[in-house]
Amino acid sequence: MSILVKNLEKRYGEQKALAGINFSIDSGEIVGLLGPNGAGKTTTMKILSGFMDVYDGEASINGLDVHKSPLEIKQLIGYLPEHNPLYLDMYVREYLTFIASIYRLDKVKERVSNIIDLTGLKAEQHKLIKALSKGYRQRVGLAQALIHDPEILILDEPTTGLDPNQLVEIRQLIKNIGAEKTIVFSSHIMQEVQAICDRVIILNRGVLVADDKIDYLDQALNKQREILLELDKSLEVDWVLHDLQEVIPIGNHQYRLIFNKTDKDPRPEIFDFIVERQCKLLQMVERKSTMEDVFQKMTLG
Amino acid sequence: MWAIFVKEVNGFFSTLTGYVVVGVFLTLLGLIMWVFPDYSILDYNYASLDQLFTVAPIIFLFLIPAICMRSFSEEKQSGTIEILFTKPLTEWQIILGKYAGALFLVFIAILPTVIYYYTIWHLGAPQGNIDRGEVIGSYIGLFFLAAIFIAISLYASVLSNNQIVAFLIGALLCFLVYYGFYFISTIPVFFGGVDDLLQKIGIDYHYRSISNGAIDSRDVLYFLSAVFIFLFMTHQYLRQNRNQ
Repeated sequence: MSILVKNLEKRYGEQKALAGINFSIDSGEIVGLLGPNGAGKTTTMKILSGFMDVYDGEASINGLDVHKSPLEIKQLIGYLPEHNPLYLDMYVREYLTFIASIYRLDKVKERVSNIIDLTGLKAEQHKLIKALSKGYRQRVGLAQALIHDPEILILDEPTTGLDPNQLVEIRQLIKNIGAEKTIVFSSHIMQEVQAICDRVIILNRGVLVADDKIDYLDQALNKQREILLELDKSLEVDWVLHDLQEVIPIGNHQYRLIFNKTDKDPRPEIFDFIVERQCKLLQMVERKSTMEDVFQKMTLG
Repeated sequence: MWAIFVKEVNGFFSTLTGYVVVGVFLTLLGLIMWVFPDYSILDYNYASLDQLFTVAPIIFLFLIPAICMRSFSEEKQSGTIEILFTKPLTEWQIILGKYAGALFLVFIAILPTVIYYYTIWHLGAPQGNIDRGEVIGSYIGLFFLAAIFIAISLYASVLSNNQIVAFLIGALLCFLVYYGFYFISTIPVFFGGVDDLLQKIGIDYHYRSISNGAIDSRDVLYFLSAVFIFLFMTHQYLRQNRNQ
């Protein structure tokens, strides 16, 4: 067991940021921490990383209590804080050498060179950090979290504010690193979680609302099937179809049909139904539910 | 702690800060000691470094809060404090690393004034007619005084994310601890009562005492405990602050 969290509670004055959450993460897993702003993701990560050491409940990493052995757990984890704070006046190489010297690594020079290669910073290593683009800064942030080759990586919104190309690069980087490490990362981009993670933990207002493999979550939440139709003219008739729940006209001869989810595909029946009524079918699409739907259902309703 | 110390010192000398600090200190001191006729040693006719040890604390009063104002406030502002706190470092290592870095810079600034001693040693009539014990004592006193000012300024820096605010609080606290207690003790109500005690709480009293050349263990104890008190307050504040 890599990470274990038991009845974790945190208050900021009157406000409860975490109201007793429980989860455990095995070594080698990549877990996405999801939730709207203010759900408690950052607080959870700040506690796991040892930044906040006043809380109720239990948090341990590799069996070591975060509160009791802070220095040991800080050796085990690599942490990228939210907003990726950096010393802007330092050079990339200087900064990484500084971090390496905090960890008292052997062969600092070699280690720094390795990490610069791994994170693709070779061309930028002699630049000031403030001269780097956001994508490269993010790489520097990841490099400082990885420099001591930690078993566990905790990344707080590692891709926020990146452009689509940078996003893909950083995700790929995380995925490559993740092949041999335990990773917990938070995000509010659902596709990203789908793309990188095996498992998601969804928090809402300090409460854990879901913790499962992504596929299971998807299935459990979607008991409906939604099909979008576009016809050449309006069809003002009673829709008589099996398992049909609701028909919602959405203008321009388009309709949303909602079915109860069964094993039978309703599309052939729909096609026949429309042709019998002298209409031409221009388009028929099944709307796949996304993580966004899952997320909204979990955190709103 | 060593890593932090190196980072701080590099920070001073890879930007303008370090050079400006040393430059401002030596320029002001040089002007007052050698150029401005009212205070100049050359017109004073005594072979002593009194001017140095009177003026230097006043310069430190604003220079040291300026050196230290960014120490913690910038780290808090930019969030890099979170990087430090999630590395295998204790709070004391972070604080002492920063403290030692600032102390080192001040030491570098004071160091060139040894030339003044050498000059006056030559100017004395007969040559070498200068109270060496007093000078050494005064240097030690000055160093202790800087050590307290740095501790105070670090504490001020931890109080605010804003460097200007940190500077102003630091300068005010340094002033109060240096002169403030002396001035309070001159309020007539305290005459013959606690005025003596009040003076002893201030730095001024101990600075003068140590400047005479006799290093009293009570003065040393005073300086060390004052430094400790402010560093301890810094430590407590940091601990509390990170959990909010």
